[in-house]
Amino acid sequence: MNWTVRLTVNGEPRTLALDDPRVTLLDLLRERLHLTGTKKGCDRGQCGACTVLVDGRRINSCLTLAVSLDGAAITTIEGLAQGDQLHPVQEAFIAHDALQCGFCTPGQIMSAVGLISEGHAGDDPERVREGMSGNLCRCSAYVGIVEAVLDAQDKLTGKTERAA
Amino acid sequence: MNRFDYVKPASVAEAIAAASAPGAAYLASGTNLLDLMKGNVVRPARLVDISHLTELTRIEHRENGDVRIGALVRNADLACDQSFARDFPAIAEALLSGASAQLRNAATVGGNLLQRTRCAYFFDPASGCNKRTPGAGCDAREGDNHQHAVLGWSEACIATNPSDFCVPLAAFDAVVEIEGPAGRREIALEALHLLPGSTPERETVLDPGEIIVAIRLPAEARAFARHARYLKVRERNSYAFAVVSAAAGLVIENGTISHARLALGGVAAKPWRAREAEALLAGQPAGPSAFQQAAAAALRDARPSGDNAHKIPLARSLIVRALAAAAQGTPSRMPALPASPFSSVPGVHQ
Amino acid sequence: MTPELNLSRDPAHLRHGSTIGQPLSRIDGLAKVTGRARYAADNNPSGMLYAVLAVSSIARGRVVSLDVDAAKAHPGVVAVMTSANRPPLQADPDGKPNPFAFRFEALQNDRVRYANQPIAVVIAESLEAATEGAALLAPRYQAEPARIGLDTGEAYVPPVVGMGFPAESHHGDAAAALAGSDKRITATYETPAHYHNAMEPHAIVAEWQGDRLIIDTPTQGLVMMRARLAELFGIAPENILIRSPYLGGGFGGKGLMAGAQVLGILAAKLVDRPVKLVARREQLYGPFGHRSPTRQTLKLGANAAGQLSAIHHHARIATSSFEDFYEAAAHVTHTLYAAPAISTTYDAVRMDTGTPLFVRAPGIAPGSIALESAVDEMAEACGLDPLAFRVKNYAEVEPATGKPFSSKALRDCYTQGAERFGWWERPLKPRTMRDKDGFLVGWGMGTATFHALMFAGQARAVIRRNGSGVVESGAHDMGQGAWTAFAQIAADALALDLDQVTFKAGTSDLPDAGIAGGSAHTATVGTAIHNAGAAVITKLAELATSDQRSPLFGAGNAGVIARNGRLLRRDDEGRGESYAEILARAGLDEVEGSGAGMPDPAANEHYAMHSHGAVFAEVKVDPDLGQVRVTRMIGAFAAGRIINPKLVRSQLIGGMIWGVSLALHEEAIIDHRSGRIMNANLGEYHVPVNADIPAIETFTVNEHDPFVNPLGIKGVGEIGITGSAGAVANAVAHATGIRVRRFPVRISDLVPPVS
Repeated sequence: MNWTVRLTVNGEPRTLALDDPRVTLLDLLRERLHLTGTKKGCDRGQCGACTVLVDGRRINSCLTLAVSLDGAAITTIEGLAQGDQLHPVQEAFIAHDALQCGFCTPGQIMSAVGLISEGHAGDDPERVREGMSGNLCRCSAYVGIVEAVLDAQDKLTGKTERAA
Repeated sequence: MNRFDYVKPASVAEAIAAASAPGAAYLASGTNLLDLMKGNVVRPARLVDISHLTELTRIEHRENGDVRIGALVRNADLACDQSFARDFPAIAEALLSGASAQLRNAATVGGNLLQRTRCAYFFDPASGCNKRTPGAGCDAREGDNHQHAVLGWSEACIATNPSDFCVPLAAFDAVVEIEGPAGRREIALEALHLLPGSTPERETVLDPGEIIVAIRLPAEARAFARHARYLKVRERNSYAFAVVSAAAGLVIENGTISHARLALGGVAAKPWRAREAEALLAGQPAGPSAFQQAAAAALRDARPSGDNAHKIPLARSLIVRALAAAAQGTPSRMPALPASPFSSVPGVHQ
Repeated sequence: MTPELNLSRDPAHLRHGSTIGQPLSRIDGLAKVTGRARYAADNNPSGMLYAVLAVSSIARGRVVSLDVDAAKAHPGVVAVMTSANRPPLQADPDGKPNPFAFRFEALQNDRVRYANQPIAVVIAESLEAATEGAALLAPRYQAEPARIGLDTGEAYVPPVVGMGFPAESHHGDAAAALAGSDKRITATYETPAHYHNAMEPHAIVAEWQGDRLIIDTPTQGLVMMRARLAELFGIAPENILIRSPYLGGGFGGKGLMAGAQVLGILAAKLVDRPVKLVARREQLYGPFGHRSPTRQTLKLGANAAGQLSAIHHHARIATSSFEDFYEAAAHVTHTLYAAPAISTTYDAVRMDTGTPLFVRAPGIAPGSIALESAVDEMAEACGLDPLAFRVKNYAEVEPATGKPFSSKALRDCYTQGAERFGWWERPLKPRTMRDKDGFLVGWGMGTATFHALMFAGQARAVIRRNGSGVVESGAHDMGQGAWTAFAQIAADALALDLDQVTFKAGTSDLPDAGIAGGSAHTATVGTAIHNAGAAVITKLAELATSDQRSPLFGAGNAGVIARNGRLLRRDDEGRGESYAEILARAGLDEVEGSGAGMPDPAANEHYAMHSHGAVFAEVKVDPDLGQVRVTRMIGAFAAGRIINPKLVRSQLIGGMIWGVSLALHEEAIIDHRSGRIMNANLGEYHVPVNADIPAIETFTVNEHDPFVNPLGIKGVGEIGITGSAGAVANAVAHATGIRVRRFPVRISDLVPPVS
């Protein structure tokens, strides 16, 4: 039996025929759509490496069945930059060396994008720390991550104000 | 993950019909269920996906002052609903202290009520666990039980309920609306979970096929909004389950407590309402002496179930702290570290 | 810094605009922030199947049966590999061809020697089918009692510890010195088993093309792994290509080949298709190594003035039932504090666990938290400030050997770190500092140290006809910044701008870069690159100076310097020509040179070589609830020449957070009855989250070391943990007055028994 799942992935509408309802969003992205930027660190919602945006909200893609997401819009790390123009969070991660091995980085960045759009952390480093605590980094780039998120938040807020 | 029959009903009624088959389980966001399935802790034959039932996703602020929360409201959405957080700040704080932002964005409030224990022996299919396999014994009893129950446990099971959300819900008399093959019923949240006794496999009063459709908070619970906190002690400062937690709400008139609410988390198989302590507090001046009496009363029946005697004084201290924090007043803004002891004193890490 | 940086005594390397010492952003940053960096498990060759490990749930015994039929009956399952049908190996997995070839399990028999040992592999068309197929095997066992814990079985003195050090070492007569000391303390500290828990699980994508093997897998030792695989599969090393451009963290856990990698390759052979095998997180707690638990007893003696007279550091450690790896936990005591008598001793037990392995700062990390705790306990016994006590016992020469240090700017670390932290405001008495909200405040410090090692590595450098350069070495980037630091050294070595140099690394067909570990990779490969660059420049200079048509003719090799892609006469810098011009005239497409990096035996004979540092930590502790928060940390380090301070800061901070983790968070909880690790996951095996970590400050003090290697590099990958773990532990003791000696410190250790 096949299940039809309509998803918008990084802006591109896709209709997928899924032959197995067990496929998680994470495994769909990585193993079937070959969007391997999203990483599997624990597969149990305990590390945050698989964070993507579903309808604009950050979630753990490892604990979500693809079949139940019919109609959703997914944004992954591959969909963040506009052509060669990096998203401000991506730029800030490089500038503040908010990464080392890079394996948790796509999840960190997607989580940071989600955090900034949630709008609760503002410029408070403590709220950023709390809000980014769902993303483990074993290299422990946390100090740089907080700096990067605050920096990107500044830039994004500035842009929003200018646009408004 | 085992193979399963996946069904996507169009309504609650259809869902109930579909879930009446043996081995069926409801799938909401799946943050707990899929985790358990990946660990082969549960192997349901059928998943009844209710995640798209929009009828269960509303937060209704009713004219009579009640708030009715659809079971599929996401944890984060409820915590960030401004009027809800204003009226029920301890519940919002509890929600925001649980799991991670990603999980709170996905997990539903109904699912939160039904999340399973974190007991490592329950999670390990090779271990004996009466909850997972009735009659298999309890390997936690003589195993690593540093974080296990100190109240209401039995020789059959010493596991705790891991929910943060349920703790203030129990304190504030939340009501659970249930639908099932036999129709609709309501029960107090406090009556939803069962103590293990000799049947730890039975964790709630839900019958097969029954589904939680909503959680309701009564208007009276808003009286505590000015003096309500949820505090949680944990081994890491975020993204960790409670060692012990406490929800406290007070109504204070001229320095005297007129009404008190108190519940504990991390100590038992259910959120632990401390009614005797509440009764002791009523009529007393809001101060350390009353708080300590309440703490002593709440833990009077506590006993270690293993290498966890520390949880008893810890729970007492936490009650005193939570009551003191509540008495000081609900913070005007959600603390940066929700429920953290380091946010329990004004001015710290705000 | 002078505008011209003399990198070595080699005059070819005077040059303007060196990027060495500059805080460049990491070159691989763009690939990593866009998701384009391809880690092993990101490969999906066409026709690929999925392999999933089935692992044992007992710690010792035999597998009696596996329900292979049930697994095979699952739709999509292609094959089940068990000891009955796995393709042959040409070498015995239980053989020991060299000390770094660890025995491993590749389904050679039905024995189980630890929990989570692979017992079968299920191969399927989809990951879902393979995963469920593995669950359906439902193994039955004949179990034997698990031997778990540091008191299991009979303890014995291991033949050697760490990298072949003696298990017993005496400098002076510690027992006599202790007996004659005015002050004595004896304290026993315990550290639990630690698992690497790199964010990237071990993974392999294996493809056979005839007898040629192509694999994508993260490894910290490409060429060593290739040699081991060649032996196991009976094929020439040249027929094996390992690609490992990015490791999602290593920390020692990807240092040696693991059995699961062999199983992935065998699975590909069995089904004759490419296979991807990724270990599940819970499966990482077994066959991939861990840090041994330790129980360390320290006996310290001092005279009335607070001068150490003796240190005896004894460590009880554990290894597996079938292999020998001994955590050299006591060895830190050889180098750190001046005491006329120093003894280190070890004993060990065998447990039914996987074999322990190097984990970031092997030996030193657990040893340091014990030693730094004990030193604080002794300082307190002497009524001295912990830093004053350490300065009083400053080792001017390496205590256990008497060798001078090749360089040691630790005093600067102490002084500058203490000043930035405000250390001298610290009250001596514990439990006397509170913040305005009533939380207990404690300040602690620890000395950081790690040996400055070099292994052996090679590099090749090429100058191409257009004047650009290529530098190649099979180096490994596991996040430490190899791609960037080596490119910087390469550009410098060739006297070219960074964008004129292509640096190639991360595959086994490049020159052998040795192993990325021991904080030695930058020193080893950096030296090799430096020497390869020198070799190429020398060849270019020979071409030019021997050619009458060159403006450099007759200048002689020693009279030429390289700068910005040109060779110039030293005595007249107005005369020179570009690399491209030299090659064009010589009619050459390119000129190539090779270089090696290896330790200098003479320098090692004469000098003790170590990095040092001083870490200062502030914690707050809830007096009633026992919850701890680190609120401030400052680390001052002396680590020789710094190639890229931006990357080094990240390495040092990362290490310091591992120190926080060691002191407060991480611990494998093993059920002594079953031998299973009950928190084999990232939810309950706690590593710090962002909210556990304050804004950590680090800096490096100037340290010029002419002896460690031509570049003066000492390495920074591991030192951050050392000192930091002790600093946090000491801060907790200072805050609470409670000295916890079993790590990590838990809430139950600090919560008052009666409220």
